[in-house]
Amino acid sequence: MATKDVIVLADLLGTNKKIAADIRGELERRGILAVNLLSSPGAGKTTLLEQIAVRLRETSRMAVIEGDIETERDAERIRAKGVPAWQITTGGACHLEAKMIAKVLPQVPPDVEYLFIENVGNLVCPASYELGESLRIVLLSTPEGDDKPKKYPKAFTTSDVLVLSKADLLPYLPFDIERAKAEALELNPRLRIFIVSAVTGQGVDELIAFLSEKRRELQAPHA
Amino acid sequence: MHELSIVAGLFETLLEQARTHGARKVTTVTLRVGKLSGVVPELLESAFDMYKKGTIAGEAKLWVVDIPLRIRCRACGTESDIQSWVFLCGACTSPDLEILQGTDMVLERIELETDDPPAG
Repeated sequence: MATKDVIVLADLLGTNKKIAADIRGELERRGILAVNLLSSPGAGKTTLLEQIAVRLRETSRMAVIEGDIETERDAERIRAKGVPAWQITTGGACHLEAKMIAKVLPQVPPDVEYLFIENVGNLVCPASYELGESLRIVLLSTPEGDDKPKKYPKAFTTSDVLVLSKADLLPYLPFDIERAKAEALELNPRLRIFIVSAVTGQGVDELIAFLSEKRRELQAPHA
Repeated sequence: MHELSIVAGLFETLLEQARTHGARKVTTVTLRVGKLSGVVPELLESAFDMYKKGTIAGEAKLWVVDIPLRIRCRACGTESDIQSWVFLCGACTSPDLEILQGTDMVLERIELETDDPPAG
């Protein structure tokens, strides 16, 4: 009997990263801006997408991939706004993985300009899995509290945009918006922050303008 | 709790390596886990102990090495570790940082027993 010490040095998320890189390459080549939305359950991801849908559908082609543990409910809500949507049910898994997105991609029409991927509601696990997105948005809703960014650092450091959602509730909550912004910016000084209410529509147009700017950058990446 | 799916991926690599090297038994597994890897080392250990049962790594010991979040400042070039989740250069407070390590989970090494005669 002999013992052997084998140096492996394998990234445990290497397979997911590789699939995600392939997806990103394909979508960017097709001029599709893919957006991965992360938040805890109930922060308002689907409601925000409904609000984006009613504004964006007049001028642009968008599609949505919905991730949930069970049910087709979120995809049905998006379809009701006249936007194509596909539901991925993970059957228990707490996050989407790139290979799940790769399976749905062939169904996405070629003329789509924006592809939103709504992750499973969870501020922890989805942060570790790239899905091939060009832009990652994390939502923090005001009822959750202004102390959340540093409790869930990975979600905030890996995101490009922070949406502070349910801003219409601010008068009723002890949520300090400046504290939430300052804490998030300590974690990620590059974070773009939007204060949004899907009820009053506050901030939704600004967010859409930002997304369309990002999409234009995709189309002329090496200018 | 995505540690189980990470451990499932780990075992694919582990069993493949064990086969390649003609192992009879995997005795130790060493992982490098970054501070910003998004996993909890304790949960990783529980998932590992659950998963290893009945495999060639059934008696394997898992070592988890914590890797700090190390950055290099693009403004002044200083390298430092991020403390208290404030992403600013420790020397000049610039936010223009490059992350050098601490975001990944890496299977670093495994120790195996083989049927080969002892070397030397």
